Amino acid sequence: MPQTLEIKAISGHAGTVPGHGASRDYDVCKLIDVTTCIGCKACEVACLEWNGYSFTETVFDNSYQTMPETAWNYWNLIRFNEHENSDGSISLLMRKDQCMHCADPGCLRACPADGAIVQYANGIVDFHQENCIGCQYCVTGCPFDIPKFNPSTKKVFKCTLCSDRVSNGLEPACIKACPTGCLHFGSKDDMKELAEQRAAQLREQTSHKDAGVYDPAGVGGTHVIYVLHDIKNPEMYGGLPANPRVPFLVKLWKGPVKLLGGWAMFLGVVGVAIHYLRFGPKDAGHTTGPEDKNERTKS
Amino acid sequence: MTNGWIDIKNADMMLVMGGNPAENHPCGFKWVIEAKRQRNAKLIVVDPRLTRTAATSDLFLQIRAGTDIAFLGGLINYTIQNNRIAKDYLLNYTSAPILVKEGFKLPEDGFYSGFDPASQTYDRNTWNYAEGGDMSGKAVAATAPAGDPPQQKSSTAAPKAPFPPPLMPEKVAYDLTLQHPRCVFQLLKQQYSRYTPEMVERITGIPKDQFLKAADLFTSVRKDGDMKKVATVIYAVGWTQHSFGTQIIRTAAMLQLLLGNVGRAGGGVNALRGHSNIQGATDMAGVFDSLPGYLKVPDPTDKDFKAYIERITPKTVKPAGWDSFNYYSNTPKFAVSFLKAMYGPAATKENDWAFHYLPKVDRNYSWAQIWDNMYRGSVKGMFAFGMNGVAIGPDSQKNIEALKKADWLVVGEIYPDETSEFWKSPGIKPEEMKTINTTVYRLPCAGFAEKDGSMTNSARWLQWKNVAVPTPGEARLDQDIVAQIFLRVRELYKKEGGKFPDPILNCWWPYTTPNNPSLSDLAKEINGKALADLTDPKTAQVIKAGQQLPGFAWLKDDGTTLSGNWLYCGSWTEAGAMTQRRGTDDPSGLGMYLNWAWSWPANRRGMYNRASCDLQGKPWDPSRRQIWWDEAKQLWVGNDVPDFKADSPPKDHMGPFIMNQEGLGRLFVWLNDGPFPEHYEPIESPVQNLLHPNQSNSPVVKKLKTPADKYGTTAEGFNIICTTYRLTEHYHYWTKNNPMNVQLIPEPFVEIPVELAQELGIQGNDKVKVTSARSYYIAKAFVTKRIKPMTIDGKKIYQIGIPIHQGYRGIQEDAGRDARTILNRLTPTVVDPNAFTPEFKGFLVKLEKA
Repeated sequence: MPQTLEIKAISGHAGTVPGHGASRDYDVCKLIDVTTCIGCKACEVACLEWNGYSFTETVFDNSYQTMPETAWNYWNLIRFNEHENSDGSISLLMRKDQCMHCADPGCLRACPADGAIVQYANGIVDFHQENCIGCQYCVTGCPFDIPKFNPSTKKVFKCTLCSDRVSNGLEPACIKACPTGCLHFGSKDDMKELAEQRAAQLREQTSHKDAGVYDPAGVGGTHVIYVLHDIKNPEMYGGLPANPRVPFLVKLWKGPVKLLGGWAMFLGVVGVAIHYLRFGPKDAGHTTGPEDKNERTKS
Repeated sequence: MTNGWIDIKNADMMLVMGGNPAENHPCGFKWVIEAKRQRNAKLIVVDPRLTRTAATSDLFLQIRAGTDIAFLGGLINYTIQNNRIAKDYLLNYTSAPILVKEGFKLPEDGFYSGFDPASQTYDRNTWNYAEGGDMSGKAVAATAPAGDPPQQKSSTAAPKAPFPPPLMPEKVAYDLTLQHPRCVFQLLKQQYSRYTPEMVERITGIPKDQFLKAADLFTSVRKDGDMKKVATVIYAVGWTQHSFGTQIIRTAAMLQLLLGNVGRAGGGVNALRGHSNIQGATDMAGVFDSLPGYLKVPDPTDKDFKAYIERITPKTVKPAGWDSFNYYSNTPKFAVSFLKAMYGPAATKENDWAFHYLPKVDRNYSWAQIWDNMYRGSVKGMFAFGMNGVAIGPDSQKNIEALKKADWLVVGEIYPDETSEFWKSPGIKPEEMKTINTTVYRLPCAGFAEKDGSMTNSARWLQWKNVAVPTPGEARLDQDIVAQIFLRVRELYKKEGGKFPDPILNCWWPYTTPNNPSLSDLAKEINGKALADLTDPKTAQVIKAGQQLPGFAWLKDDGTTLSGNWLYCGSWTEAGAMTQRRGTDDPSGLGMYLNWAWSWPANRRGMYNRASCDLQGKPWDPSRRQIWWDEAKQLWVGNDVPDFKADSPPKDHMGPFIMNQEGLGRLFVWLNDGPFPEHYEPIESPVQNLLHPNQSNSPVVKKLKTPADKYGTTAEGFNIICTTYRLTEHYHYWTKNNPMNVQLIPEPFVEIPVELAQELGIQGNDKVKVTSARSYYIAKAFVTKRIKPMTIDGKKIYQIGIPIHQGYRGIQEDAGRDARTILNRLTPTVVDPNAFTPEFKGFLVKLEKA
């Protein structure tokens, strides 16, 4: 639970309490206004520095993009895409890629290890590596391809939305580093409102008539939301799925199959109990039939 | 910047050209975003490449590198043809109504009047205002001035001394109807009538419809005569680094004056400076042709102080009935106070304030010349502090060859760099190394976080910073090193004498710790102090001898004040260091922050702010009130410090541009290469100048003549335009030593249009070799859709772009993960004739798979 130090009353203070009436939900949210991102990568460096990761060797790959994908020790990556518009003009699209902190997190659903993935009431989905068994089911469960496996420690890592900072009333490191104010942080309600306002401004005042807010319902909404120039075409921003969902197999496995499995286990136990009541305990010493002797001889 | 970083948020329209602020000034770029978000301001970006700035723009136009004047000239033509000019502003605040001398000729054939082919210079005698009075309505015939043909006749004459700049007549002639064929406005109209949308398309490669869209959008701030809206122009070294760089900026200034955008919140012509303190470097005479505070350097014709002062102090010039403040009439006060700061008690009235101690600058000592002189053997040694001369170029290989010939080189740096290791640059074999006899002294210096002092940003703010960490190891502060060298040289002069020891022996060195002066001591001296008790006759305020001066209005020409730089007077007063102030109050909401640090001049944040008001002294836009005339107080007051004579009432019609002797925004000036900007091709260009094919380049631009100075042509196969730039991930040649930056952009690359790559069979990440007439560069191919092939006058032309950052010293270079070539091996040594900035943007190359 975040310690937001929301003020309830102030001694000797005339007038209203600051912030009174504003949404102070504990749901946190990061807003990324892609239309004002300049791809400066300050967020990438801030993420590395705050989380204590250092230099890794990279290779130039026909792009300004630092590396092809996020990595177990590189959680925040600006994706650069040269998109050809219908009129032949080019758009240079820059999207900050990181964990979306889904309200219905596929990684958590898929994870079999007790306590390895935790979803806080404020919406942050956090990995606790001490409980991670390295099975990488979370990798399969994520529709955004975010969790990354460290082969040397056999643990999976991803963006924590700076749960350590947020729980101390600070914004995530990327937000603090952003020079243009393309990144915002606050309650989900406030961020959603800000995002919708910006999208409406883009639709009314610029040529981006399809601007909109990316907060996909397929994963129950996310605690990282985007303002996009073109909400109808999120794929052009480098693999942002139009309609992300928790994978069917994960759902099946952790839903009906898990239920079935539970029932099967329960029915098994019930069966054993009935068997016990019906036939009584198995008496090993009593069985001296010829087949048992054969079994012993065989072994 | 005429305005400031934060002020960009007040703009309604923004033109970014010759700059890439999103990548190179990301923190300042937030104000562009703020204007977009809060005011629905529009952003137009014109660049050879679709940059990260262009990515956030409302309109992007791809321009051929080096054709900015053609584009801006087209905008001027559009503004006039479509009546988007700010009529009252133009008539009253600019030189538009003033008449130009008879005999002045426009450059239809590429030459203005007065060209002397022998010296490749202009006799600027006709580039001047005409004498006379009110000529309003007295125009006889509205015909264009005939003028003389270019003075080819003088081509046999021997080279002469440079022509002196013309002196303005005191009583200028003017025409308030703007109809006289020789008034500046009519000449300007005629000059740019040739820059039609069709011509703009043929020269720049920007399709006519796109140009018209941009022209309509940018000038829409003056639609239907409305004066409320404001447009800003933002640029950087993409404009300065051309053989006509100064003229590009002038074209922008003229456009902004025509539109009435100068002096106003959200407007102006805004230079984004590249380094955190480069503004401070120019203010403090980091160039050879000025003294601190932009006082002109003495030259050999100044036989004494009086002659010098007469030459550099402008006389008031104005149309009859108008007033002019001519603030530079105070030049003698600034100059005497400067000499008192230089030589202290040794500068007296009797000895002409020790004027004879100052070096007289007899010729060009600019950057490219220094290297050329070393290459030719006349410069024997060099101190290189805070810069990497070999990597900076132009023509890095020439600089390396020059250093091989030098006797000694002292490098003060925090990393081993290309300059201090020139002797083992790639291509030099061990046998050759043995023959290089240059002694290299490498001194470990302090990094920016290890020293205090003030830095002057693009917005002219002097901001003091504190030491964050101590210097490591044996590293020392720059002033520690420089002071000790000075003191020891002085000892040598004392002991051994010399040709002219007086300036060294009498250099005023009053610092608390002479062998390591504190920067606060220096900052106080730069601000200046009283040397005798001073009294302001108006207010009876007294400044006691020894006290810090509160501002440059207190400076005297009688030796009773001292100031190292008059422009900085007011930055460290008796109240303390104004540069250390951190007040965040901003009552106007315009982002002035008058109590944050200190801004020159006189802590005003927006220059020429008188022009933000109409003739009666009321703000053009009541929602952006900078200053205004207070009838009750009979004073100019407001949210900013008035850049004007505070008690000059509007009825006196004083010009708002008080640093010009006529008080007007100049649409016509006497630079070295023309009073109006004209489109000339870069020295290396794939096409002829369409305006005057017989004079493609600027006639006053000189090529250098050593064997190293080669210039390529299309006939030799150099037919791709190459431009150079910086990336947001790196800082010059420094950050290739910093793991974090290296990780973000690990290797050098060349941005190549997809179509060109296909033609040459180049795939992304292939190694390519770029060759110019000078040398070659090897890097990986970045095949991109962000640079498109261009059609220039029907001819298909490609442009490529190369970041400057890598070299042969750094993390990747040392590990052998890089080709270890320096980009500036490619660039030509040719410079702008006014500012002497090399032409890094737009030269010719060949491209092939390596």
